[in-house]
Amino acid sequence: MAYRGFGAAAAGVVTLAFAASPASAVTEIQWWHAMTGPNNDVVVKLANDFNASQSDYKIVPTFKGSYADTLNAGIAAFRAGNAPGIMQVFEVGTATMMSAKGAIKPVFELMKEQGEKFDPQSYLPAITGYYSTSKGDMLSFPFNSSSMVMWVNLDALKQAGVAEPPKTWPEVFADAKKLHATHPTCGFSSSWITWGLIEQFSAWHNVPIGTKANGLDGFDTVLEFNTPLETKLLENLVELQKDKSYDYSGRTNTGEGRFTSGECPLYMTSSAFYPNVKANAKFAYTAVPMPYFPDVAGAPQNSIIGGASLWVMAGKSADEYKGIAKFFTFLSDTDRQVYLHEVSGYLPITKAAYEKTKESGFYDKNPILEVPLKELTNKPPTENSRGLRFGSMVQMRDVWSEEIEAALAGKKSAKDALDAAVSRGNQMLRQFERTAVK
Amino acid sequence: MENRAIFSGKLLAFLLAAPQLAVSLIFFYWPAAQALWQSFLVQDAFGLSTEFVWFENYAALLKTPEYYQAIGVTFVFSILVVAFSLAIGLLLAVMANRNIAGVQIYRTFLIIPYAVAPAVASVLFIFMFQPGLGMIARTLQRGGIDWNPVLNGTHAMILVVIVAVWNQISYNFLFFLAGLQSIPKTVIEAAAIDGARPMRRFWTIIFPLLSPTTFFLIIVNITYVFFNTLGIIDTATGGGPNGATQTLVYKVFQDGRVGADLGGSAAQSVILMIIVVVLTAFQFRYVEKKVHY
Repeated sequence: MAYRGFGAAAAGVVTLAFAASPASAVTEIQWWHAMTGPNNDVVVKLANDFNASQSDYKIVPTFKGSYADTLNAGIAAFRAGNAPGIMQVFEVGTATMMSAKGAIKPVFELMKEQGEKFDPQSYLPAITGYYSTSKGDMLSFPFNSSSMVMWVNLDALKQAGVAEPPKTWPEVFADAKKLHATHPTCGFSSSWITWGLIEQFSAWHNVPIGTKANGLDGFDTVLEFNTPLETKLLENLVELQKDKSYDYSGRTNTGEGRFTSGECPLYMTSSAFYPNVKANAKFAYTAVPMPYFPDVAGAPQNSIIGGASLWVMAGKSADEYKGIAKFFTFLSDTDRQVYLHEVSGYLPITKAAYEKTKESGFYDKNPILEVPLKELTNKPPTENSRGLRFGSMVQMRDVWSEEIEAALAGKKSAKDALDAAVSRGNQMLRQFERTAVK
Repeated sequence: MENRAIFSGKLLAFLLAAPQLAVSLIFFYWPAAQALWQSFLVQDAFGLSTEFVWFENYAALLKTPEYYQAIGVTFVFSILVVAFSLAIGLLLAVMANRNIAGVQIYRTFLIIPYAVAPAVASVLFIFMFQPGLGMIARTLQRGGIDWNPVLNGTHAMILVVIVAVWNQISYNFLFFLAGLQSIPKTVIEAAAIDGARPMRRFWTIIFPLLSPTTFFLIIVNITYVFFNTLGIIDTATGGGPNGATQTLVYKVFQDGRVGADLGGSAAQSVILMIIVVVLTAFQFRYVEKKVHY
């Protein structure tokens, strides 16, 4: 533990050294992020554009590694008293951040204090809902968002005699079996197993993952996704796993190459997979909304997002807060959102940006990019589909994955695995509730 | 006796030792003490709320079945890695210790893998063993073996053992080679003249004379498996599937860094520290008696 403090202190010294170099009246704002490759370029361009647009503030983006690394670097820096002004945190870190009262500055509060024009209604509720209190106060600023879709290899479907992409789970199961004849190692698969099969699945079917509106209304939430509906899904997958009609591809997105290589013709993963598919798939492909069980009343509901948001850290100077507020207004600009959406494939966060992209005819040429937006805006979010806020969510996903793995490997029944996932998760929630600042 | 008269005061001796003592205190004892202190606390990730709970973290830990699974996994993993990396390292060292053409080239190539970072080694092996994509995985699948480390715990264990062993062989090779070269040729030649065959010469002369090296390597290798394999496991399997490759140190990392449960994680690292201290003490006490210096 002490090593961490030491590392953070060292990092702090380095940051200070950098921050101190230009001796002018410009207020520097550190922005720690986890974007790599082309998305890193987008971050740098945003910072440069903002810095060029005015002369009082300077946003300094710093790449801090993976999402988890960035979060840990931020936590360590805060403990050492050197937190950055803005920190990019992935969606599952939301509860950790919001529970840290005294470490963060809620965005709605910041915008009000700084007198920036800020209308929560102008943002897409399916996106901001994830980062807002149950009263609708926005805690962090959505940056990069995506949702989950089903990627389809159209050539493979034709070859196996499947007329059109599946819409429902029973169709997925049937198609996976048909595809098994031509694709013996994998008919259907998925990445981000818990995000897809538990988190998205629950929202899409308008059933709760946990009580208290999936934790949005309080840390005393209790998990409850071990119902017959989820059990039915997992049982079917366990059955299909036996002959690899469904084949497990791991907890994160490391298995995505199985779709682009042509191995798995049906593949559920993030909509942000698009640039990769476009670059690498050598077959006709499309993306369709996630499947649902037609016997569930009201399904499909709406999907939830994945991705990350920008958190403002507490204890910064008034000048820094002024600059951050101006930067968020800058980011919300419609044209900028349209540009970001079209360049990165991540979703626009304002209604105006979505409308403008639609009107421009962009989706006629890129229909796949509209699929996640259609999912997210399918119906007005309910308390089961606004998002989720569970403490220790990063590790909880690992625990849930472990149990799903046990079921798929045939070591436990689907019901036992889900029961264990719920009870182990609840233990973690109680531990988190205890340490959360009240 | 006369020498002592020159350094009469204890001050100089202390001053000379001070830099090393300072390093030990700052980098070993201080963090260890911090871990011990942290293990008695329940704290949120940002350190905003802290509660002193005595042994509650330990009690909670000993109630989780996953912890016992991690202990089992650690011992299986350690025994496999230490046994294979020592055996293969020794075999290669014996081979490279002979007078053959290009021996320097062989030796250099055998040492190079040690320069590869564990996480990088892991990624290299993932490329080869990834079901559906990897060269070796495809060969195995064509051969009728349903190779699937993402779902099959035994396969996942085999994968991390291979990477860990591969990464450690060079180190063992290097030390065994140095050990072999320090064995006097005359002893071996005398045995050869007495009619002992190579195998017999190896087991009755070379192996016992190598025992200090072997003993040293066992300790170093155990420490390696317990602590340094974290990167390999993180990249290759992430502790999965279903905890099949979750070792004690990986669980410390998971709970502390991913789960932000610093108290529970610190309690685990204290227990881990005790296990390694006991193991090492045991070896020095009992195994070392069999070592011929």
